[in-house]
Amino acid sequence: MSEWVKSERQVERERVRRSRARRSASIATASTIVFIVLVVWGITSSPGWPRVRETFFDGEQFVAALPDVLEGFLLNIRIFLISEVLILAIGLLVALARGIRTPAFFPIRALATLYTDVFRGVPTILVIYLIGFGLPALKLQGIPSDKATLGIIALTLSYGAYVAEVFRSGIESVHPSQVAAARSLGLSHLKTMRFVVVPQATRRVVPPLLNDFVSLQKDTALVATIGPLEALRQAQMHTFNTFDYTPYLAAALIFILLTIPMARLTDHLAARTRRRRGA
Amino acid sequence: MSVLTIEGVWKNFHGHSVLRGIDLEVESHEVVSLIGASGSGKSTLLRCVNLLETVDDGAIHLDGEEITDPRVNVDQVRKRLGIVFQSFNLFPHMTVLDNITLAPRQVHGVARAQAEEQARELLARFGLAEKAKAYPDQLSGGQQQRVAIIRALATQPRLMLLDEVTSALDPELVVEVLGIIRELKESGMTMILTTHEMGFCRDISDVVCFLDGGVLVEKGPPEQIFTSPEHPRTQEFLRSVLESGRF
Repeated sequence: MSEWVKSERQVERERVRRSRARRSASIATASTIVFIVLVVWGITSSPGWPRVRETFFDGEQFVAALPDVLEGFLLNIRIFLISEVLILAIGLLVALARGIRTPAFFPIRALATLYTDVFRGVPTILVIYLIGFGLPALKLQGIPSDKATLGIIALTLSYGAYVAEVFRSGIESVHPSQVAAARSLGLSHLKTMRFVVVPQATRRVVPPLLNDFVSLQKDTALVATIGPLEALRQAQMHTFNTFDYTPYLAAALIFILLTIPMARLTDHLAARTRRRRGA
Repeated sequence: MSVLTIEGVWKNFHGHSVLRGIDLEVESHEVVSLIGASGSGKSTLLRCVNLLETVDDGAIHLDGEEITDPRVNVDQVRKRLGIVFQSFNLFPHMTVLDNITLAPRQVHGVARAQAEEQARELLARFGLAEKAKAYPDQLSGGQQQRVAIIRALATQPRLMLLDEVTSALDPELVVEVLGIIRELKESGMTMILTTHEMGFCRDISDVVCFLDGGVLVEKGPPEQIFTSPEHPRTQEFLRSVLESGRF
């Protein structure tokens, strides 16, 4: 077999492609610059801009509030990490409970269904209020009084219901022939789930799960409503003293800095799954 | 005593009878083939034997025990049966070795080391020794189906059910899968298989059953069924098989 020598025609073709790619890139750059200039001009020429700049973009206030807000954000991260683990566990358990067909376990199945119905319906902030103020009011022994812990419980209950549904859709997406193959090897329902269905389901639901966790990251700020000193609450305290809203901007920036990498990771994993399926 | 006895089995789907009173006996070391057009009930019959479908009437006995009794533990029954599907159904997230050792370890309580040794022996015997650590999507269709057969074999089943195991394969890959089935016959495995490969069926079967519209129309040794079928439906079916060049 002879070696491939690139023909004149191919060389010319590649030259045209390169020049077109260069042209697209310059057009994209130019239009982006025009767009940004227009947006900035639009905002800064608005009648209220001087006032907004004063109360939202005050450099001094930003620097003053940042350490407190950052410190508060550590609590957000703690709340996020702990509830994430609990949510995964509860979500998977509830999803599995909804698939149980053994009659003796009917109450568990019914309970699991009720749980997802209720907690997906109630706004997260309401769950936080109810748990944050209602649970301690019961004055039962062993109920934590720490507001951050109560916040974790509330977020776990609320997000657990969503994540259970994500797991359930993953479990249902595993083809019945896989279950048939496992069962006909003599594996029980439970072992079929454990070794065959759940491992495949988990892989498939990683992108939607990460998406839920991006949302959980920012919803840790909702816990501010019951009092613990997390990032939003810290920012709030600064604004109470100065009536300057720059600390909010600082908090927003910090949240974005954490969620953006997570969002990109989600995109990356989703793209990888797509590629694999296409292959 | 026969390994499997099927007595007057009926199966309905949505008010339509797919199996209409099937009677069949399978003796030890016997290879029984089910032939017939698509929808004649061959696959459904295998799925009923495997308890993947519940029968609507009649009974199936495995080694004298009625397995269609609703009080029977289906997992205990399936432990004694091996089934291979047309679409392989390997577990895509497990290596070949894990696919094969899952049931021996989790159902039959064999230790991992022993299960793996046994699996490697089987893989070597069927020319797949170097694929032990591969994942199913790294194998050709023929290799995947051979692994599926080994997986069914690893639990040393009393009876193997092969459901159109070559229908999803390219012609050149069919040969390697048929080779493995021939080996199984030589080792004395009792098998029921459904197939569209008539030449192979004639070659390997002790008994050939022709099913039509859920009825077992004709049954006999392959020479008889293929050279002098008695029933007009059998004659018609074999003529069309011949004309389509699949013989």
